[in-house]
Amino acid sequence: MSSLLFATPKDLTSWLAKLASDHRVLAPRQEGPSVVYRPRTAEQLASDDIDALLRRATASPKQAMLPQCETLMTFKSVKDAEDPSKLTTTLENPCVAEPTVLFGCRPCDARGFVVLDRPYLEGKFKDPYYGARREATVIVTQACPSAFSSCFCNWVGSHPSDKEGSDILFTAVEGGFVLEVVTEKGQALLEGADFADASDRAADVEAVHEAAAATLPSPSTLTDVPAKVAARFTDIAFWEKETVKCLSCGACTYLCPTCQCFTITDEGSQLDGRRLRSWDSCMTPLFTLETSGHNPRPTKAERMRNRISHKFSFYPERYDGFFSCVGCGRCVVSCPVSLDIRHMVKAAVEGVVLDAGKSGEPAEVPASEKAEEKAPVEEVKAPAEVAVPEAPTAVPTEPVEAVPAESVEAAAAEVVPVEPVEAAASAAAPAQATPASRTQKSAGRTTSRSSSKSKAKKR
Amino acid sequence: MSEHDCGCSKNPYLPEVATVLEVITESPTIKSFRVRFDNEDAWNSFTFQPGQVGQLSVFGVGESTFVINTPPSCRDYIQFSVMRAGEVTTAIHKLQAGDKVGVRAPLGNHFPYEQWKGKNIVFVGGGIGMAPIRTIMLHVMEHASEYGKLSLLYGARSPEDMAYKADLPGWLESDVLHTTLTIDREAPNWPHRVGMIPNVLKELAPSPDNTIAVLCGPPIMIKFTLAAFREMGFKDENIITTLERRMKCGIGICGRCNLGGKYVCLDGPVFSQAQLNELPPEM
Repeated sequence: MSSLLFATPKDLTSWLAKLASDHRVLAPRQEGPSVVYRPRTAEQLASDDIDALLRRATASPKQAMLPQCETLMTFKSVKDAEDPSKLTTTLENPCVAEPTVLFGCRPCDARGFVVLDRPYLEGKFKDPYYGARREATVIVTQACPSAFSSCFCNWVGSHPSDKEGSDILFTAVEGGFVLEVVTEKGQALLEGADFADASDRAADVEAVHEAAAATLPSPSTLTDVPAKVAARFTDIAFWEKETVKCLSCGACTYLCPTCQCFTITDEGSQLDGRRLRSWDSCMTPLFTLETSGHNPRPTKAERMRNRISHKFSFYPERYDGFFSCVGCGRCVVSCPVSLDIRHMVKAAVEGVVLDAGKSGEPAEVPASEKAEEKAPVEEVKAPAEVAVPEAPTAVPTEPVEAVPAESVEAAAAEVVPVEPVEAAASAAAPAQATPASRTQKSAGRTTSRSSSKSKAKKR
Repeated sequence: MSEHDCGCSKNPYLPEVATVLEVITESPTIKSFRVRFDNEDAWNSFTFQPGQVGQLSVFGVGESTFVINTPPSCRDYIQFSVMRAGEVTTAIHKLQAGDKVGVRAPLGNHFPYEQWKGKNIVFVGGGIGMAPIRTIMLHVMEHASEYGKLSLLYGARSPEDMAYKADLPGWLESDVLHTTLTIDREAPNWPHRVGMIPNVLKELAPSPDNTIAVLCGPPIMIKFTLAAFREMGFKDENIITTLERRMKCGIGICGRCNLGGKYVCLDGPVFSQAQLNELPPEM
């Protein structure tokens, strides 16, 4: 299966344009300050600049399989002509999917679908809407040329050229791209494409992959993460401290490639209407609010505890140790108050261990708590000074059922530039923020020990 | 657009259209709805286990989760008992015989009655918590010879809050079931017990030997009744209860009803206290 093909930038866009005649082609596109996935027509693709199609999207491409809102069914009731008290109700199921090419997602995004597959397709019940789109979609992934400072795919068992979840993986090399066929679906998509054989470029590809991997900060050395995160569950003071700044805006969940939550609502009248599924967020207080007024997760501390525990403890417990996090770092980049999931997991895990092997060292948690204590004030104001053009306005503090797409994107847009967020983080850090230490800072944001401890892969 | 083999025929989000056959007013806030699928084939092939739940929907309003409280042997209809509380339950309460509803069932796990053979069973139901007790109790009573001594303690706030009034005489006179009814405060012409369930339970003092306790009810009742059972020497693995959470999908995906790594809709609603002890405390 592992054949290599070479395409020039023009070859690639022409191929996509051709595919667009009988596929929905989704590709990243710059819109204002955000990069979003949009369907592109053959004409558009024929004139698209390849660089514009290679940007990493602000939001994950999960909407290719799970639209932000979709119709699960329509219902209609008709009165009997003879006896109007008799109703006949018919349901219609719009469960169809068009053949789709998802172009230019990153390895973390493709892996995100593998994470979603487990609950959506591999349980007792299968989600036919997700399943139909998943089956009809071919994923053409771009190997990351380099890591963003917010990237941590190597914490969760991946790397910038990971093929898991992709049908085709392409790598930018001198003069163009090398496409590697990963699955039969990918092979089928390439039938009729007039690309040159590139077996002789394998070494070039390997070099690019290695160079990209080298741009990532050292991976975490955290061990037994699921058990240790689980052990942190009852330490509500820890979660309260970690979420002091949280606005419960849900941006992290909407941008996340692996967040799976949704709600179901009806629309229309009792006689004629439809049932909708929309993205929902476990970070909002209404998510688990029961009719009685009881809420098992009433505060943001419990909600963050659930989100982090789901990704790093509950999900791995249920699915053979896999994390429900692909390390894309979108939640890190786009959090309006600069919360960092890496920091939270690290603090949750390392604070629990009374590590015999490193008994000489002071526990990690007091240090991180110290950092946390002084951080919030500086960090909250820092983005306003350094980075964000205008103060965030579109982030609702108490969003209702589903936040419309626009406002999520707007929320993301305002904080999207990676550099400024970094700058904000380093502004909050002690003085000697060189570019190198800055990366470490955002990776651990606890103490300098985070770098010395980060060496081997976690999984 | 092209058709795909997406398993639409087994689409777990699509309800069966059902007709309300009968509405029974149980109490000022509780009504029972007897429904049957319109599609005869779907109805004939429909089976469930006691304790399994269904998503009952009023089209245009929404779905809510309720236990099927008839025993599986009842082939004429399935019954849901609904306490009026929010938007969907208010809409359900307005339904009349002949109205159409949606039913997605069966969902969730069931009472492990296969493991109770030869054992005594103490059923304790508080308020609307009598609904899940009803299905398993009726099922066990139908097979009474396979079990030991069966008893029921059913409590409600007042006589009028007591549901299943049509069933009560039969339960009180049953040869296979020892029934105790209680209300919270004295009321005129009430011939049965008066007192909170945990206190009455302690007076009844069932022996924990070879006995399973099944309790369902509001959280505060569960809390004190659980304590009473433990005090009497019941082991946590022999105390069975059902959990409630806000649910949407009912199939373990939408992320709402989890208790740690378990989904109440999929892995529950029936849990033993021993199983609950293993889950994170997030009730």
